[in-house]
Formats: sequence, structure tokens, C-alpha cells
Amino acid sequence: MSVIRWDWVERHAGDIAGMLGQHVALTGLALLCGLIIAFPLALAAVRWPRLYSLSLVLTGILFTVPSLALFILLIPFTGLSMATSLIGLTIYTLLILFRNIVEGLRGVPRDVSEAARALGYTRGRRLIAVELPVALPVIVAGIRIAAVTTIGLVTVTALIGQGGLGQLFISGFTLHFTTPLLVGFVLSILLAVSVDLLLAGVLWWLTPWHRGRSA
Amino acid sequence: MKTAIRGVMLVAGCLFASRALAIGLDADGFGVVDQVVQWFADPTQWTGDNGLPHRIAQHLYYVAVSMAVAVSIALPVGIGLGHWGRGGLIAINLSNMGRAVPSFGLVILMFLLVGIGFLPVLVALVALAIPPMVTNSYVGMQAVDPSVRTAARALGLSGWQQLWQIELPIALPLVMAGVRTAAVQVLSTATLAAYVGLGGLGRYLIDGLAQQQLAQVVGGAIVVAVLAVLLEIGLGTLQKALTSPGLAR
Repeated sequence: MSVIRWDWVERHAGDIAGMLGQHVALTGLALLCGLIIAFPLALAAVRWPRLYSLSLVLTGILFTVPSLALFILLIPFTGLSMATSLIGLTIYTLLILFRNIVEGLRGVPRDVSEAARALGYTRGRRLIAVELPVALPVIVAGIRIAAVTTIGLVTVTALIGQGGLGQLFISGFTLHFTTPLLVGFVLSILLAVSVDLLLAGVLWWLTPWHRGRSA
Repeated sequence: MKTAIRGVMLVAGCLFASRALAIGLDADGFGVVDQVVQWFADPTQWTGDNGLPHRIAQHLYYVAVSMAVAVSIALPVGIGLGHWGRGGLIAINLSNMGRAVPSFGLVILMFLLVGIGFLPVLVALVALAIPPMVTNSYVGMQAVDPSVRTAARALGLSGWQQLWQIELPIALPLVMAGVRTAAVQVLSTATLAAYVGLGGLGRYLIDGLAQQQLAQVVGGAIVVAVLAVLLEIGLGTLQKALTSPGLAR
């Protein structure tokens, strides 16, 4: 018996593409929601350092909770729905995104911010035109870790009726059939690696001043 | 101090969660909180093979065995590579590569390849626990100030003494950070492994989902969540106790 039955893969190509689509959608939405929450929180934390340690502890505790348990604790509110998956996945991105945005902004050299201020930049423009671009490598590093982590976690939501490629794990288990499992496994890893490389490429494109130096 | 803050946050989180659950109950008239309280209060919940004490002990056993195996592989490798400054590219990227592997898929893959039982799950858990520990211990060893190494040599310390008495204590916080990450991940994935027949606390979640018993599912999830946070706090305390007073901020 071969490990992969390609005829099965061919017959189910449409389903697999749909699951891959759901996987990408859940990951993208979770990252987007995570950024929308983490960004203002991070700006506040940079201004009020006490808020930083408090938020770190809170997001840290949420991050520690095992994924399946977190998804299940949301079921009483949102049921076995896509919202449950999305909220749970978003919660997992928060710690990584929040921490990296704060560390990135804190790592902006003081003289750079002050030079911008001396040039007459307002606080908002200074943030957008000077501090964020300087902090970008650290922020994107966080987005990369969050993206790869989320892609793995999406598969767990198969247990609560979502799951993207994780549904293939369930089929593999219930049918005792390695083909769907391996297809899901390999595609999930490939997706994680390509998203990681894509984000690295985006960073390279956004930060021309870093090019040519050793990373 | 930080532990105290964490403790307070934990209690506050539980209070918030119970409050939030109560709102959830009002919304759809489910009585989830009552059911979960009853589930915990049921005397049969506290005895026998499906009782909480037995399930918690089982779960901690899986975590302990997996971590013992993983630590005895990952720490020597990571510390050795960091000490001699070899294989940095692999050591640093190992945790990134590990992160891309879906743990749920790995558990089912091992089950399909090897069969039912603790052994296939153990292999999966160990494989998941190794990368973060190798990377962190490598980075921790590399972060040791070269002038400190030189000073140690100048004081006449042998290679081993230098490693044990100087470099390891300095690298310890990062090494332990890797151990904590791995331990929490192993605890989490051991929960998923109930899907392929493993015992432990995951049984409540997986069986409860299959039988649509919300009280059991939510009750089990609460226990797993609290256990994970306690493990993290416990390892943090251990790290603080092991850290040389000279390094404490």
C-alpha cells in the first residue's frame, strides 16, 4: 500500500481547495482582528509602562490556556460557529503582536524621535512617518510568528466543526487513512512556510534602507 | 512580586470568566454555570478512573515523561551547540520550523503510523517540545558576554568549570524560558491526544464534545486551563529560585 493515494487527492481536489481557502481566511481574519486590538493597546502601553506589564500578564495567561480548552470555553457564548474559532485564534495572536509592537516602538532610538520632533512633526505624524517604519522589522517579526502559530492552531478548530485543513486530519483519523492526513499536514506546513516567506518579502520591500546589510 | 500579580490576575480572570459565563447563560437560558458547578460538585467526579484526581494525575504524568525525554535530548544539544558556537543557523531556526508543524496533525499521524497508546503520542509530544528548548538554550549560551568567558579562563577555570559555573548560570533564564514554552505546549497537545485515545484531562473535552455534554466539556476545559497556568507559574517560580542572585535585577 502506498502512503499517498493520488487518485483520492485528485477526486477531492475541490474539497481540499475549499478547506485551504477557509484556512487562509481564518488565519487572515484572526491576524487582522489581532492587529486591530493589539495596536491601540500597544500605543497605550508605550505611553503608560504600567499598563504594559499588566497587559503582558493578561495576554500571557490567555496564551497559556490550551487551545482546545480556550475554544471550548467560548462555546457557551458563540456555539460551534466560525465566530468561536475566530475569537479564539485572535486571542492567541494578541500576546505575540502586542509584545512585538511595544518592543518595536520602544526600540526606536530616542534621538530619532527627538530629531523628528525638532523638525516640527506632530505626535501622530511622528508615529506614522518615523517611529512605525523604524519599528517595522520587530513588528513584522511578531506578525510572522503569530501567522505561523495561527496556521497550526486553525487545525485544532476542526474539533469544534471548523478547522480548514484540520478537517483532513479528522477524515484521516475516522477513515484510518493516511492520504487525507498527509495532504492536510503537508499543505498546512507549506502554507505556514509560504506565509512566513511572504511576510519576510513584504518587510524587505517596505524597508529599503535595511537592504544590503546583513540581517 | 510578579508571581503575586499573576496570582491576582488568575483569580480575577476566573471571576471574570464565571461572570461572563453567567451572562452567556442569561442569553440562551442554558444554565451552563449551574451545570458546570454540579459537574464539579458530583461526588463521583472525584473518585475512580474517570474522576478528576486520576485524570489530572494521568495528564501530569504524560507531561512529566514527555518533558523528561525532551529535556534530556534538547538541553544538551542546545547548550552544547551554544557553548561551542556550532550549528547556529539550525539551532536558531529550529523553533520556527517546529512552529509550522501542526501539533494536532502530528499526533494523528503518529497514531496512524504506530497505533493506539502512549508511545506514539509520546513521540509526537517529544518532537514538539524539542525545538523551542534547543533554540532558547542555544541563544542563551550565545548571549554570554565573551569578556566573561575570557575572565573565567583567566581565572584558571577548565572548560567544564567554565560551562557549569559561568555560562550555564548566565544562560539559565533563557534556557528555562524554552522549557516553559515547551511544557505548556506539551500540556496543551496532550489534551488534543485524547482524540486518538489517550487518557488524561483531554478525555473530558473530547468525550464531552462527542456526547454533547456541555457541562463536562466546559468543566474539563476549566481544569486544563488552570493546570496550564499553574504549570507556567510553577516553572517561573522554579526559574527564579534557580537564577543566581547576582543576575537578578
